Amino acid sequence: MKRRELLDLYFMEARSKLIDVAAFLDRLDRAEGEADFRLAALAQALGQLGRGERPRVERVLASLSDATADPIPAATTKAACGAWPGRR
Amino acid sequence: MRYIEPHAHMVSRVTDDYRAMTLAGCAAVCEPAFWAGFDRSAAAGFYDYFRQLTEHEPRRAAQFGLPHFCWLCINPKESEDVSLAREVIALIPRFLEGKTVLGIGEIGLNKNSRNELQVLEMHVDLAARHNQLILVHTPHLEDKLKGTRLILDVLRADSRIKPERCLIDHVEEHTVKMVLDAGFWGGMTLYPETKCTAARAVDMIEQFGNERLWMNSACDWGVSVPLAVPLAALELRRRGHGAEAIDRLIYQNPLRFLSQCPKFILPGGAGEQTARA
Repeated sequence: MKRRELLDLYFMEARSKLIDVAAFLDRLDRAEGEADFRLAALAQALGQLGRGERPRVERVLASLSDATADPIPAATTKAACGAWPGRR
Repeated sequence: MRYIEPHAHMVSRVTDDYRAMTLAGCAAVCEPAFWAGFDRSAAAGFYDYFRQLTEHEPRRAAQFGLPHFCWLCINPKESEDVSLAREVIALIPRFLEGKTVLGIGEIGLNKNSRNELQVLEMHVDLAARHNQLILVHTPHLEDKLKGTRLILDVLRADSRIKPERCLIDHVEEHTVKMVLDAGFWGGMTLYPETKCTAARAVDMIEQFGNERLWMNSACDWGVSVPLAVPLAALELRRRGHGAEAIDRLIYQNPLRFLSQCPKFILPGGAGEQTARA
């Protein structure tokens, strides 16, 4: 498809999701208490968008991923939270 | 439109979903063994679950003329307890002769632990000894990239395993290439938030081809959409893909992979012969 056709299909959806992210960050700012590693991970992932390097989606997914290679000693939870606490 | 739902946890869905899927053109539904949302306390719980998958659920689907197939295993979320896993795996061979059992799945990793890895290796050995197809679950979110690499290492380390007989499910943009490059099939799971949207699935198809990819809803007891595959077909149409290309992705591709199990025969004879055409 041409770029204009893709804009016709997806621009409003992308605009809406972008505004949702902005509102989410404002909501966090208004709230009290400490954030955790997920906010920093989100900020780092957002930074991938501004760099203009492709493919952005892979870079965002990688930045939110466990970067280690070895199995962990034991699973202490079943859940995933969407970001890796070990990333600096 | 016709489609095959290659991954749905129908034990968690209401009968209305079977009806809606059939109305939407579903020609067959395949159900991998899964986590119930809580840990079973003993192997006997899995025995009952395997009976549900092999006996009860096909009857429920048959009310709508919908063929129901299944895969068997102890899922990765309950694989931390290796002794329980060993007991459950010992139950599986007696069910493999069932006429609707397609293979071993969905095995894999959840948190990428050593015990999960050991149980994955036990499952792979079981599949190899019984010449079964394999359906692999890759971990969620931050654990997916590392887990997919570990899973591919396990599969490639066993010379008895043929990549074309294994489907690695829940691929996303950061894992799809390594799966396809290694010769495996890839599954894209269409979830509202945590896996892949229809638009992203179409992106991957356009970038990586439609040779060894399928799409599934993986609908279960959580937030999920039983009609995700036909909805993704609409997305393909919006993106300019023709009826033949859509049919290949949502019907012919799953048919081609699943027909490697001789038991995957659809009413009217759609099975191995069609897949080879």
